[in-house]
Amino acid sequence: MKVGIVVFPGSNCDHDAWYAISENLQQHAEFIWHDSESLGDVDAVILPGGFSYGDYLRCGAIAKFSPVMRAIKSFAHDGGLVLGLCNGFQVLTESGLLPGALVRNDNLKFVCRTVGLEVVTTNSPFTSQARKGQVLRVPIAHGEGFYIADDYTLDQLEADDRVVLRYVENPNGSMRHIAGILNEQRNVMGMMPHPERAADPLMGSTDGLFILKSLLSANVAHTPVLATFTS
Amino acid sequence: MSMITPEVIAAHQLTPSEYDKILKLLGREPTFTELGIFSVMWSEHCSYKSTRIHLKKLPTESKHILQGPGENAGIIDIGDGLAIAFKIESHNHPSFIEPFQGAATGVGGILRDIFTMGARPIAVMDSLRFGRLDDPKTGDRNGRILEGVVSGIAHYGNCFGVPTVGGECVFEESYSGNPLVNVFALGVFRHNEIFYGKASGVGNPVIYVGAKTGRDGIHGASMASAEFTEESKQKRPNVQVGDPFMEKLLLEACLEAMKTGAIVGIQDMGAAGLTSSSCEMGSRAGTGVEMDLMYVPQRETGMTPYEMMLSESQERMLLVAERGREQEVYDVFKKWGLDAVQVGVVTSDGMLRIKNHGEVFAEIPNHALADEAPRYDRPRTTPPRIAPLNGPNVQSASLTADLKALLASGDICSKRWIWEQYDHQVRTNTIAGPGSDAAIVRIKGTSTSVAMALDGNSRYCALDPREGTKLIVAECCRNLSTVGALPVATTNNLNFGNPERPEIMAQIVESIDGLAEACKFFEVPVTGGNVSLYNETLGTPIYPTPVVGIVGTLPTGMPVGTAFKSAGRSIILLGGIGNPEHQELGGTQYAKVIHDSLWGKPPKLDMDYEKRVQQVIRELVRNRLVESAHDLSDGGFAVALAESSFGPESIGSDVHLDSALPPELLLFHEGPSRILVSTANPQKVFEAAALKKVQAVEIGVTLEARVIIHNRAQLLFDVSVAELRDSWTNALEHLLHNPVLVPTA
Repeated sequence: MKVGIVVFPGSNCDHDAWYAISENLQQHAEFIWHDSESLGDVDAVILPGGFSYGDYLRCGAIAKFSPVMRAIKSFAHDGGLVLGLCNGFQVLTESGLLPGALVRNDNLKFVCRTVGLEVVTTNSPFTSQARKGQVLRVPIAHGEGFYIADDYTLDQLEADDRVVLRYVENPNGSMRHIAGILNEQRNVMGMMPHPERAADPLMGSTDGLFILKSLLSANVAHTPVLATFTS
Repeated sequence: MSMITPEVIAAHQLTPSEYDKILKLLGREPTFTELGIFSVMWSEHCSYKSTRIHLKKLPTESKHILQGPGENAGIIDIGDGLAIAFKIESHNHPSFIEPFQGAATGVGGILRDIFTMGARPIAVMDSLRFGRLDDPKTGDRNGRILEGVVSGIAHYGNCFGVPTVGGECVFEESYSGNPLVNVFALGVFRHNEIFYGKASGVGNPVIYVGAKTGRDGIHGASMASAEFTEESKQKRPNVQVGDPFMEKLLLEACLEAMKTGAIVGIQDMGAAGLTSSSCEMGSRAGTGVEMDLMYVPQRETGMTPYEMMLSESQERMLLVAERGREQEVYDVFKKWGLDAVQVGVVTSDGMLRIKNHGEVFAEIPNHALADEAPRYDRPRTTPPRIAPLNGPNVQSASLTADLKALLASGDICSKRWIWEQYDHQVRTNTIAGPGSDAAIVRIKGTSTSVAMALDGNSRYCALDPREGTKLIVAECCRNLSTVGALPVATTNNLNFGNPERPEIMAQIVESIDGLAEACKFFEVPVTGGNVSLYNETLGTPIYPTPVVGIVGTLPTGMPVGTAFKSAGRSIILLGGIGNPEHQELGGTQYAKVIHDSLWGKPPKLDMDYEKRVQQVIRELVRNRLVESAHDLSDGGFAVALAESSFGPESIGSDVHLDSALPPELLLFHEGPSRILVSTANPQKVFEAAALKKVQAVEIGVTLEARVIIHNRAQLLFDVSVAELRDSWTNALEHLLHNPVLVPTA
């Protein structure tokens, strides 16, 4: 599988994601510059962590206008796998590829620590290698990771089994302890924690590999878009 | 008719004799712009005029050193064709005036020092000192300064994408009006990727890159060279505003532009901005630099040459490119959306010539600015006796209560509240991060890791600046050795009061002498650093505060942590319990926390013994002969023992000591050269220690959940790990957020 890693000005976990895929997992990974109109022949895309365009306005608010996001929207529309990590999750919600929003942590402080994540569903290309109910130890590092959405959206996410990961101990105030969610087609996932930081025993945990290996083993034949799909 | 009156000269913090020297060097009266340029280049901050003759005593060479003092950062060889650049710098004065931006731009400045040499920053550490949080009068303000500084560091480092992997945070009354913010950064590169700040090649274009110039920070360097007075609060506009996103772009663009091969020399615009970068690059290359300021990207209108030359706007660099290859440089900066403009040219006449729209505003020999700054052998007496020689009676009412008080004190308690706000993992290299004796960062693509630690101890230095400084170097090396690293080189930040006071000058010289002696002995030459003087508020100086940052190397592997891992292991105190005749309590945390007092002398250091202890622990850790290793420092044996039980497993200890020392001294003295280890192979530890004639005393075994200490027949305490951890874990948050109760009259 060939994974494209998007680089926005201000991305700073791009190299970490690249290292996890290409060195820890020995798969092909390449960078895609933000002004690229095309994704080339990649089978999956990772939107990495960082501070895209500085994130001085609202995290991801500028990134959604970049040329590469147009390409990613159509890629996702065609069933391509898209994984947004941390800032990548923020970009996905800003772009409308995922519902809800990420706002400042409830204590208003940046937090970097390793947390427990409950795998809520394995019915996704991003968690197929994990067990339902399994607790993964994965680091978080964000100032704006408080997931919010209206009750209807939250109920819908739960009813559709689209909440993928929940915090065992909520570190940021996220509604219903949500750490990661899927889109309706289940080919786009956003999560605040950093699986690429838990991909090497030297970093203290390899639980992030459950996510990354699931992605790499997913069936990449892009599923045809359902006629009912509306964006 | 002349604008240069004695008042104007004094306002630029130049003395009459310094002004006479300017007249002599120029052979005429300076213009106003020239006076401004001289004032910043000859400020204490840029010229080290009070310390330069003393700093010469520091050892600066070894087979590992590729670049010693004098460049933007020191460089050491780490093998595999790789090198690391590292340096520490202070941002004390700006952080007091505006804590958030002061600290943020401190991080920005030191990061530029690293990447201007071609290295990619991979780690940051901070040494922070504030006034006490439990002081009824100043506690609230000290807490606000701490919160501002920590969020400023987090804001800049997290966004830039460099992990903050360690540091120290200390509370002492003497920093109440003058906090210390010393920031260390370290970067990695290949030997053939090293760049220097040299304006070589007559006719080569001088190119300005990065953020636009504004009026911010004008005279920052001279501000950092003056004491604080009531008026200092009005200096807020002198503090610059940081933009970490711009810095991240500048980093990527600079490293990419360097790869083109079109860059001849490059230097960041730090203190004294455009002035220092241009004249220092010219001076190093023996060339002249001629610039027309009309080309400088500006974000304000109507700026004078004086203002542009003295602006300390952040995130800017000056570089010299090979003539004819400018476009390659411009293309890279354009890709990253940054300004890159030719503002001048390298000349052969050795002059810094500043024009604006063709009119000459300054014309000064580069070497006069960079190398002819005055050097003073300032008068000095002996260091003042700050505290009495004899202290109070130290008989403890409850050793358990004392230990808990120490664990909950500002200096010793968990600093998690601080370091969780820092991204300490980005770049996925952090093998051992905050909370370790030393941080370890792996170098990807090699089997080598780099370890680093920052240490200071101003109480020891207040009692004896020379011995205190030696103890700091010993401890910093010990921190590295305890994680298995070989200490290689040193950077230092000397924070002192007003050098024009003979007793302060005495502290500075004694401390430098101690630094020289210890760095020589432990074979950790000094590759650079920073001197921050005039740290006084309303006439009260800070304690003498040298801060030392030492880096070392070790083979990459799973770290040996500080915490006990399993029950039933032997606990061995490497180095021994301490010679009963040599122990002092006056400078310890015990004296500070329990007796609110300072007296006597710092602990006694035997450097030769220390070195042998470190050799032993390095060997034990590298060969995995110990399960845990934690060096004894603040709070002595009892605190180290308690901290060793704060791992995820909460493994405690059952310890039986055999000492004639009174329990207060036995548990809490801070004698150096001691490391606590747990092991399944005690015999191997004894053998390794015996080989180096180092004491290794088996003092007990690890057990679950409790910490028990006997001395001979006496039970000193028996307490649960949970209870001790409670005192330690959330103490900082309590200190910060519980208002100090002031008794009403």
